[in-house]
Amino acid sequence: MNAIALKMLMGDRLKYFGLIAGIAFATMLILQQSSILIGFTRQTGAFIRDTAQADLWIMDPQVRFSQDQVPVRDTVVQLARGVSGVDWAVPMYQGFLRGKMPDGTRLTLILIGLDDATLMGGPPVIVDGSLADMRRDKAVFIQADKPEKKLMMKRGANRPLALGDRFSINDHEAVVTGTYRGRESFFWEPVIYTTYSRALQYAPPERNSLAFVLVKVKPGHDVKAVQRALEEKTGLAVHTNDEFIRITADYILNTTGILVNFGLAVALGILIGSLVAGQTFYNFTLDNLRHYGALKAMGVSNRQLMGMVLLQAGTVAVLGFGVGAGLGSGMGWIVASQGLAFSMPWYVATFAFVSILSVCGLAAWLSLRQVFKLEPAIVFKA
Amino acid sequence: MQPAVPSAVDCRGVTKTYGEGETAVQALRGIDLDIRPGELMMLVGPSGCGKTTLISIIAGILDKSDGECRVFGDNLAAMNAAERTAWRRDSVGFVFQAFNLMPALTAAENVAIPLLIKGVPHREALDRAGAMLDRVGLGSRRHSLPSQLSGGQQQRVAIGRALVHEPRLVVCDEPTSSLDHETGHHVMEVLRDVAAVAERALVVVTHDARIFEFADRMARMDDGRITEVTDGARGAAPHGSMQ
Repeated sequence: MNAIALKMLMGDRLKYFGLIAGIAFATMLILQQSSILIGFTRQTGAFIRDTAQADLWIMDPQVRFSQDQVPVRDTVVQLARGVSGVDWAVPMYQGFLRGKMPDGTRLTLILIGLDDATLMGGPPVIVDGSLADMRRDKAVFIQADKPEKKLMMKRGANRPLALGDRFSINDHEAVVTGTYRGRESFFWEPVIYTTYSRALQYAPPERNSLAFVLVKVKPGHDVKAVQRALEEKTGLAVHTNDEFIRITADYILNTTGILVNFGLAVALGILIGSLVAGQTFYNFTLDNLRHYGALKAMGVSNRQLMGMVLLQAGTVAVLGFGVGAGLGSGMGWIVASQGLAFSMPWYVATFAFVSILSVCGLAAWLSLRQVFKLEPAIVFKA
Repeated sequence: MQPAVPSAVDCRGVTKTYGEGETAVQALRGIDLDIRPGELMMLVGPSGCGKTTLISIIAGILDKSDGECRVFGDNLAAMNAAERTAWRRDSVGFVFQAFNLMPALTAAENVAIPLLIKGVPHREALDRAGAMLDRVGLGSRRHSLPSQLSGGQQQRVAIGRALVHEPRLVVCDEPTSSLDHETGHHVMEVLRDVAAVAERALVVVTHDARIFEFADRMARMDDGRITEVTDGARGAAPHGSMQ
């Protein structure tokens, strides 16, 4: 009977391809919206992921996200180094500063200051120069990815800032001595790295200027235990990378309304997808009611009919999902290559597959109710 | 005196009422009918007289309201839905007015359906279906889709489907009403030649007077009652019983 069920499904090519197309469309909607939301979520944690050498971040408890500026006192570094289980602890400066490029183009930038001695917490991939070049006079590193977007000189030079260029940060001269590659970030300001001491020269004077203390836990020590000890010793918030990423994502997604907007978009994707896929499959079954009636008259049990309808639903769900996922991935690849937020981890694909399977299952169940209610005597009606 | 022959179909006082209360419609009003093995019984009468309701009850796809109906000794009223489904699968072949062939299946696959329902392996079912198509004169069209066959050929495929699992009872609902005279005649010849065997009963509902000649007996119905049972052209002796 399985062969008959599949032949019924695929016999009418127009309806069959319509079904697959409907489910593929639904899959694409769900995958696209979910992947963009996940993409945005991941981008919010880009800076933290780029600074992954450390295990723990010490910060003021009022810090709400990775670019939030609530400095702590400089002595925290020494306090942290005194805690048992700490391998190393280094300061990190972070601040939003104003800059001016050689042709006069003004910009707002995020300046990161790394520990002068170790340069720990630096960008993950150096493209031009070496990390040690950051110790040169007035040295800064700029991002190598798509500089024309964030570091374009628009007032005459008409080119992006490049290696060897001199520009000013807060009216202090800086020289580009290296470039790096980092993750695409949710924040649009260019991130510029320099040493901690030089960052303090660039930044306006404040009583406290230490944004974070990065801590590496000694091998063999429990990160959670060291985290608790640091909290007790410093009285500050101490987060693992994952915790800090989650805190940042939660804050940004909730305060910007992205979560609500994209949550609604995902829900709409599921709803529209469900309606398209469900309605198409339901209509397909209704179109075949007469044949199901004939089969019932000939002695096919409701259990066998259920198997046939579920096989048809499962087949179109798998094929439709495959086509939709392929198209969705292709479109996502194009979108992502343009630097836009798009991330399709396995759990998004699983979520979409389960959604599509559920929708087809629901449509099959609704269809089966019609099939079960069907009087086989219908076949004697002309 | 009529010799006692065990009935293939034995209906006594069968009634069928659709709906309830003031909207109730009595489709059958106490039907007594017996059909013998090997017999081709035609149920004839005007539209709405209850012919289709009666064969639906005899074939076990519709519940009667009252009375008793036994088919080859099986009391359909005593069976639950699953038992009746299994009984239809094993004992009944259907020929429908609109053929009801699956458009996506070839002629052989359509004929094989009753065997596949019974769990016969796919290959064996197709082989037996091919042999059945040979018997109805369509051996060369086993790979054709219904849309590639004429009306008469489609009905012959439907006859093959009704007989392939060798049921004891074959019910045909207006098998020639969608066909021209010549084709309808040919279809009835096939039905008579292939289906009519001693152990099997055929019930044909029709109002097509052109095929009355194929009947062993004819039961005339009107307003939910059998008004007359007569010998058909093939009937050997006057053994009609109008109760």
